[in-house]
Parts: sequence; structure tokens; C-alpha cells
Amino acid sequence: MLGLRPIIIAAQSSSYGVGRAPKAEELKTIDIDIAPDGKALPPGSGTAAAGKLVYASRCETCHGATGTEGPQEVIAGGKGSLATSHPQKTVGSYWPYATTLWDYIRRAMPFDHPGTLSDDQIYATTAYVLFLNGIVGEQDVIDQTSLPKVQMPNRNGFVTDPRPDIPKKKP
Amino acid sequence: MPAMKPDRLGRLRSRRWFLQFGAAWSAAVAACTSKSNAPAAAEPRALGAPVSAYGSRSKFEKTARAFNQNTKVPLEEASSRTPLHDTYGIITPSSLHFERHHSGVPEIDPSLHTLTIHGLVDRPLVFTVDELKRLPSVSRIHFLECSGNGSSEWRGGSGDSDVQRIHGLTSCSEWTGVPVATLLRECGVHQDATWVLAEGADASKHDRSIPMKKLMDDAMVAYGQNGEPLRPEQGYPIRLFLPGWEGNANVKWLRRLKVMNAPVMSREETSKYTDLMADGTARQFTFDMEPKSLITRPSGGDTLNGPGPYELTGIAWSGRGTIVSVEITTNGGETWTRADLQTPVLRIAHTRFRYMWKWDGREALIASRCTDDTGYTQPTITELVKVRGVNSNYHNNGIQAWKVASDGKITNGNSTALL
Repeated sequence: MLGLRPIIIAAQSSSYGVGRAPKAEELKTIDIDIAPDGKALPPGSGTAAAGKLVYASRCETCHGATGTEGPQEVIAGGKGSLATSHPQKTVGSYWPYATTLWDYIRRAMPFDHPGTLSDDQIYATTAYVLFLNGIVGEQDVIDQTSLPKVQMPNRNGFVTDPRPDIPKKKP
Repeated sequence: MPAMKPDRLGRLRSRRWFLQFGAAWSAAVAACTSKSNAPAAAEPRALGAPVSAYGSRSKFEKTARAFNQNTKVPLEEASSRTPLHDTYGIITPSSLHFERHHSGVPEIDPSLHTLTIHGLVDRPLVFTVDELKRLPSVSRIHFLECSGNGSSEWRGGSGDSDVQRIHGLTSCSEWTGVPVATLLRECGVHQDATWVLAEGADASKHDRSIPMKKLMDDAMVAYGQNGEPLRPEQGYPIRLFLPGWEGNANVKWLRRLKVMNAPVMSREETSKYTDLMADGTARQFTFDMEPKSLITRPSGGDTLNGPGPYELTGIAWSGRGTIVSVEITTNGGETWTRADLQTPVLRIAHTRFRYMWKWDGREALIASRCTDDTGYTQPTITELVKVRGVNSNYHNNGIQAWKVASDGKITNGNSTALL
């Protein structure tokens, strides 16, 4: 009697009851992303002057004395190169948000020992990389208030994906 | 184009095949039979190996992933490429699936691993891997391609390169998991939520922001690959799988989904996986992998053994839908003829094609191009460069040409091809 069977509609409310609520301290450990508004940045601060020391001991081997030498990712220089035949996509020439730098250093750097820098060291290193790119001064204090306000040179360099971008062929 | 029905062997075949090659093929088969002078195998008498707990391939088979060991890039953030030339059909063996890691392959105990969903939801939830497996599952066959696949060809490529080194960052598997929509509904997503940050449990906590629409549409949290748990290189114990979207967005070793109302603008989605145009602007969130095809055999590095019939075979795929046709040129793009497609022809999956070619012994430029059910036909690299320039690095779905020399030697034809 198909006509008499009740129709069950999956509701938007919880239907399986699997999973448990996360504990506050669990979320604190893994909720690490920093968006451009910087609201999730922790307390702490640093200057390029302080960051120079952290950089020399933890970053320079891979990124070079001034961020331009490599052997790994070139993180400074490249200004005005994006529309040339040899574009250099560095923090100064390409990255649209300074908050992303803070997020990525905490998330993934140093490459072989991520998670070993203190928040103050991350602020200082961020300040130093921005200083190497001529974006902040050597004594500028970078913290949860000032970092989101840093204007990156390529802030408006990105467009949304327009593909498909090749004219359709006639069948 | 007339619709074709598969024959008893599942081949979508045009009539051309029989008319053109019926006679030549009979002659070739006869020639192969009469020429055979391989030593006969000894009559088997010794006992073979006993049963075993986990199979392995024959010791005579050596095909492998390829990666560049002589590079300054640490191998933990390198890539290895699928031997497309030596794989058959449409499924890539899990052990040969391409790799691209950002900080190495973590070793994760599945009993300790969890997926946390939080942010703009009514009920933040933590799921164990076992709990995910209790929910309604789906299995689908889909390709996965790195957005950097074929990047060497933007500036013409190298003549001695081969299909594995140029295009081996695509693989195809059967993926099993739970739809992300199911998990998000369990948590109760807020109406203003538009993006979700997906984050891995690797050392770099690789993260990408994904539009909510994709996650509610066909995304899954996958735990199965080709009938067994994911390989560690593919995200064991769980990964995000976004059918048709660039590899790096399919976050491996998934540990967290944070529901948001804007993208987080991670390093990967700003400074890395963005496509630089000739005018210096960059395209962002270029997720889908556009229709692409390759002749995989014979291809660069092969040598044809004299004039005669050769099967040209390869794969075609579209991140936006289903392949409806593959065409072959053997004269540098002057004329194109439809190839046969092997069923099943699946949405967002590698599709195997075949074409019988009678080589006349003269220099030739051979290539394939595909069309999907959105009506998009694979362009030439020249057409792509005209619109995007040569700095974009990612998303090269241009036609791959192979140059056949009169001595039968095949090389990368992209530097000379203007199809």
C-alpha cells in the first residue's frame, strides 16, 4: 500500500546524532587561521629590529640574508616584475594581505620545525619580512591592531576566475 | 555527431574503423603470428608461491612514479608523477597515484584522528574516523589533477620530455566517503555561511577556503580509495574530495572544516595557487580543471617499429562534466577524426580512447583533443597563451602534440606545434 506510507523528509536539524561537541581547549589548539580582519590574532608584538635576530637564526638558511637569495622561496624584492617575462612573486610584490604572512609563519615555518616560534617571535619575523620588502619601518611595532592595517602593494592585484576564457569552437 | 552505442566489448566505435583498418589489421595480426620467435617457457613443474596476506605485483614489472631528485626543492614538498604511458584503462593503481605534498606525508593513527567542524554552525562537532564510516557513504570514480600539471609547456616545453614528466600529475580512482553535505547538515550551517576553510593535519597544516556551494553539491570526506583505505600519500585516514577541482584544494589528512562567510585568504590561495596573467593581475580561486586529453601511447620516448598500423590510446577528462568526444589528428591539425571511447564514460573521470592509425613512415605530428558535455573543446596551448600569457603556470589544458620522426622516434611536439 504505497499510498499509505508516511513520507519522511530529511530535516535540516541533526538527524544522525553522530559526533560530539568539541571542548573549548581543543578548539583553541586547532582554530589557528588568521583572516584579513586579523580578529583572531593573539596578543603580542614585535619589530623588524627584533625580528632580524629570529630571521638570522631560523629563516636565513633557506631564504637568504635579505630574502632575495634563496635557495628556497624568494620572499623579498620583485617589485614591478609581475607583468614582465620573469615575474617574481614575493611577499612584497605579490601577497595581498599581511595577515597571511603571520598565519603562514605560525602554521608552517620554519619548514622543518613548524610551531616552535613564540607569538612575539612570529610578530617580529613578520615585521622583518615586511621591512625587507620596504613595507614597514625597522622600529614599527607590529601587533594585533597594526598588522591588519598594513597595506600590501599588490592588494588589488587579484581578479576572480573568468574561465571558460577560450571562445567556443563551432561543432 | 551521431550518437554511438557501445559494442559487446564496451567500445564506442565509429564505422570508420572497420572500413579503414579491417584489411590492414588482418595483415598485421598475421605478420605478428608468423614473426614470433620468442623462446618457449619451460613446462611448469615446480610448485608456485603459497597464498599471501597482501598482494604485490610481479617482480618483472618495474613501472614507477617519477620525481626529480636533483632539485633544491625538499622532497617533502615535491611531487611524483603517474606513469601514464604504462597504465591501462581508467583506474590508476593507488601505489602509482601522483603525489604533491607541502610538508611531507604524516603518519596518522586513525584511532587518534578526528575531524572538527565549527564556525558558523549551530552545533560544532568532532567526528572520529569510525563515526564518519557509520554515516551513509558514496563511491564515485573521479580523476584528481594537480593544477600545475603540464606547467612546463607554457613556454614550449622540452623536446625530450615524455607524457609522465609533462602530464603525470593526474590520476583516477574510485573514492569512497561521506558527503560533506551530510556532515554540514549534522552541524546546522548558518544561513550567512558562504565559505568553509579546510585544513590538514600535515606539518604545514595545509589549508584552502572552499565555496559552500561546492561542499553542499558533490564534495565528500573520503576514506576509501580503490576499495581499500586511502594511501598515506593520498591523505590517510581522511581527505576532502572535490570532484573536478584542482588537487591542492582536496585537502589531505583533513582535520578541520571551519564554516565562514569569507575566504580566509591563506598563503596557498593568495601567493601560490593563483594564475598570473600577462598584465600582472592574477586570477584567484581557479578551482575547476578544464577538459583535457593526451595520447599516452605511443608518446614521447617511444619509437615506432616501421610503417604499419598502430593503436593510438590515451585519456581524456573534464572537471566540469562528461567527455562526449575525442578527436585525433595525425597531420598536425589539418584534419581531425573521432577516436573510439571505452565505456564506461564517467562524469569527471579519466575516459580511455583508442584510434587505429596506419603510419606511412613519414614525419607526423599527432595529437588528441576532447569535447565535454558543456560544449567546451580543448584548445591549443597557443590559444591559451593568447588569452593568458606564459606566466600563469597553472591550468594548462592545451593540446599535447607528439612529433613522430621518419625513423619512428617520438618526441614532445609542443615546441614546434602550432596546431
